[in-house]
Amino acid sequence: MPNVTYIAHTGESQTIDVPIGMVVMEGAVRNGIDGIVAECGGACMCATCHVYVDEAWLSLLDPIGEEQEEMLGTTAAERKPNSRLSCQIPMRADLDGLIVRMPDRQT
Amino acid sequence: MPGVVIVGAGQAGLEAAAALRTQGYAAPIALIGDEPHAPYQRPPLSKEYLLGKQSADHLPLRAPVYYEKHSIALRMGETVTALDRPARLVHTGKGEIHYDKLVLATGAHNRLLAVPGAERVLYLRTRDEADAIKGRIARSSHIAVIGGGFIGLEIAAAARIMGKQVTVIEALPRLMARAVPPLLSDFFLDAHRREGTEVILDATVQEITKNSVVLTGGRSVTADWVVAGVGVIPNVDLAYSAGLSVGNGIVVDEFLRTSDPDIYAVGDCADHPNPFASGRARLESVQNAVDQAKCAARGIMGSPAPYRDVPWFWTDQFGIRFQMAGLSGGHDQTVLRGKIEDRKFSVFFFKQGRLLAVDSVNRFGDHVAARKLLTAGTRLTPQQAGDETVDLKTLRAGG
Repeated sequence: MPNVTYIAHTGESQTIDVPIGMVVMEGAVRNGIDGIVAECGGACMCATCHVYVDEAWLSLLDPIGEEQEEMLGTTAAERKPNSRLSCQIPMRADLDGLIVRMPDRQT
Repeated sequence: MPGVVIVGAGQAGLEAAAALRTQGYAAPIALIGDEPHAPYQRPPLSKEYLLGKQSADHLPLRAPVYYEKHSIALRMGETVTALDRPARLVHTGKGEIHYDKLVLATGAHNRLLAVPGAERVLYLRTRDEADAIKGRIARSSHIAVIGGGFIGLEIAAAARIMGKQVTVIEALPRLMARAVPPLLSDFFLDAHRREGTEVILDATVQEITKNSVVLTGGRSVTADWVVAGVGVIPNVDLAYSAGLSVGNGIVVDEFLRTSDPDIYAVGDCADHPNPFASGRARLESVQNAVDQAKCAARGIMGSPAPYRDVPWFWTDQFGIRFQMAGLSGGHDQTVLRGKIEDRKFSVFFFKQGRLLAVDSVNRFGDHVAARKLLTAGTRLTPQQAGDETVDLKTLRAGG
């Protein structure tokens, strides 16, 4: 099963197996990782699952969709070029080893 | 040390516990819920979950490890039977718990039909009810949905997508009448009819039989079974019995405190002053559950700030993404942005030239812009709202 490494803003890191098809947000929520909140449950209606995707993986991700683009304009922490909503990143085999960094706040 | 006791483990209750921990609350927290399942999301129950696109393991709001890690005593399957305010005690079927501060997140329950045969009707609020409905949809060929509001229409859409014959029966002359203007009721009526759903408006149910719904006037709708979504009633009994002020829900002030300052009420059950309503409101939404939970937590932490988050809401029917920002009640002017025939448009609601709310169909950018405009109190004229060359994102507060 592919894994994702979630790095908190404090530097604490956790690597979690995330099944193919599950979104990166859910991998965090189901394993009790605090830095991802997901108030709307993955409906792309809030921006509380904001992550910074490690540069090495950026080119593998799907282009940012219209709704994600809009919500990324409302993140609590600074939006950067590698900002993504983790509910919009479905896990794939080629994303095995993905590294995401979580902002210091989601709301 | 007693700590905070939260009655009700829906999203509002869970978020209250989470917000307290996030804000640094260190004393014990007990979260009491009468359902067997740990706090879970309700919105998918009438959408992805009903359609089988999402399994049950997607529903929990938090993993079991979360409650351990944050010392939140989750007490599921436990019903609170009474409050003893002088003693600061909560009585449950299993014992009693002391509190310093109490949060009532008791939610609401479905309004039930009161016609002959009503015992045959299913309703949707809980996960168990969703499971029952899912099973019934699979085994039936013709389904009647009583109530053309959000829940009824979402269930109708799911059943139709699963290839069932569906009839929606609505008492009012248009769909979602309490929440949207006629233009949007018409849009959704057309959308459902286009997908092959039969919609009967202005119809009252007289009786439900084994295989039909009989309407006033004698018309009979064939149905293997019937589901109803005819509104909810806030759960106020506990508060009322404890002598707290109750109106259209548990009455709270702008800090979400009840008439007892050590007791807060949040979420679906809270009758609260809302700056986006002309007076008080009671809202049933994820936004309201989450933001009120945070607001109550701030009060408990000793840094109260009034509840003034912009209301927002969403529904998905046949792939149509419909979002609402603000509250449109009391509007005296509506402005259309975009074209209805493109199935991409927004309706802007104004009162005396001031923006109240925006309803968006497949125009997510408008929705997000509306939330920002309403939060900042940025002035938007009706003329600007209708002019697609005006970029809503570049308008500035005070401009």
